[in-house]
Amino acid sequence: MGGLFSADAWEKIWVFRDTFILGLANTGKMAAVALLLSFLLGLIFGLMATSGQKPLEHISRIYVELIQNTPLILQLCFLYYALAFSGNSIGILPTGMIALGIYHGAYMSEVVRAGIGAIPKGQFEAAASQGFGYIGEMYYVILPQSIKIILPPMVNQVVNLIKNTSCLYIIGGADLISLTYSFVTGASTGGAYGPAYLVSGLLFFVVCYPLSTLASYWENTLKLREQKTQVVPLTIEERG
Amino acid sequence: MIRLEKINKFFGDLHVLQDVDLEVAEGEKLVIIGPSGSGKSTTVRCMNFLEEPTSGKVFINGEEMTSKNKTRMVRESTSMVFQQFNLYPHMTILKNLTLAPIKLYHKSKEEAEALAYHYLDIVGLREKAHVYPTTLSGGQQQRIAIARALCAQTKIILFDEPTSALDPETIQEVLDVMIKLAKENITMVVVTHEMGFAKEVADRIVFMDNGKIVEVGTPNEFFKNPSNERLKQFLGKIIR
Ligand SMILES: Nc1ncnc2c1ncn2[C@@H]1O[C@H](COP(=O)(O)OP(=O)(O)O)[C@@H](O)[C@H]1O
Ligand SMILES: [Mg+2]
Repeated sequence: MGGLFSADAWEKIWVFRDTFILGLANTGKMAAVALLLSFLLGLIFGLMATSGQKPLEHISRIYVELIQNTPLILQLCFLYYALAFSGNSIGILPTGMIALGIYHGAYMSEVVRAGIGAIPKGQFEAAASQGFGYIGEMYYVILPQSIKIILPPMVNQVVNLIKNTSCLYIIGGADLISLTYSFVTGASTGGAYGPAYLVSGLLFFVVCYPLSTLASYWENTLKLREQKTQVVPLTIEERG
Repeated sequence: MIRLEKINKFFGDLHVLQDVDLEVAEGEKLVIIGPSGSGKSTTVRCMNFLEEPTSGKVFINGEEMTSKNKTRMVRESTSMVFQQFNLYPHMTILKNLTLAPIKLYHKSKEEAEALAYHYLDIVGLREKAHVYPTTLSGGQQQRIAIARALCAQTKIILFDEPTSALDPETIQEVLDVMIKLAKENITMVVVTHEMGFAKEVADRIVFMDNGKIVEVGTPNEFFKNPSNERLKQFLGKIIR
């Protein structure tokens, strides 16, 4: 039988399975580094946004608004071609790592900001009145309480980041989606659209689904624990 | 011990403290009274720089407090008990009490815990060492907050309306602990509406109105024959 899901097509996938493994590995590598970068940026800019220092808050705001209000694809192209034209091309994967890191860093920053903003003002004051400096206050008192607010949306960002590696396609990326695309359009390998995208999608699902499940599981257990031990966090407005 | 020199504080256009001069001697029990919004909290919060004066100077033990040295000075000399307790909800009582001694005063865990149990005994809550704050009544939480302040072993403890958020039936247990404390050589600055406590414990009482210190005197002078008209009115309202 011919058709979208012919045995022929499936066989082609199996023969060229290394393509998909390579794509997944590249996506994984890129996501891992981008993730690290986005955590770091998220923490730094999230802390800046809640520092009470106007200049720092403004810098953080500008970063977040610029990144959140322009398409990721544009940022990718900008970084890639700007670097290429300036003669400093760093390669597709590193470009992806940096662009995705910066992009999701902005979202992580908002997650961190909301997490810190949800902690009542009295907690900051108690720590300060004990003689904790900013770092001790954050490390021992504020962040441990924010973490339960921060973690679930953060894991969701991780899932988004993994899926967004597919945007690398626009600069001819080496990620799973790009390789799948070159596979189905390749001269010697072409054709097997159905199975190829199915396999590719399945690989994404296998990685992302456990993460999203983990996020909601976390959210629920943390909520349960909160009912047992915590006070209701105030909203940002109430912190004054 | 504490000296406020010509403290002025603005919140935006609001002139909240006007030329406040005040000196508290070592070991003195100073009670601050006055109508709501008169600047009592702001005054004590200037003593540990939770609010930084717009102008004027704060001296602790002869050393001027600045935004640069406030963390160290607060750590070395003052503790605070808040109206809303502000215990750390993510830590057990024992952890609440040992955090600062271990992290800020570099005590060993054993030393810090011994100290914590010592002060838990003083506030009568040894059996609560391993529970979380929100499982306690307001009065119990406030007694723990006092124990936490004592664990820092600072010479000065600031109290900002420590019983105002409590159910009437738990107010006395907190006042009893404070009366017990007042027998020690600790410098206590207490904002309160509890006139019985003021009469029994205060060396001097400060009456504030509209951001100014209107009257300073001994309990005798205050309650027997108040000379100031506004003070008379205030006492008339508050003593039923
Ligand atoms: N963070 C703040 N921002 C703006 N206004 C404030 C702030 N804190 C206190 N105020 C105002 O300052 C005045 C004095 O407040 P406060 O010192 O808390 O008085 P009290 O403790 O005697 O009730 C009040 O009018 C209050 O509304
Ligand atoms: Mg007040």
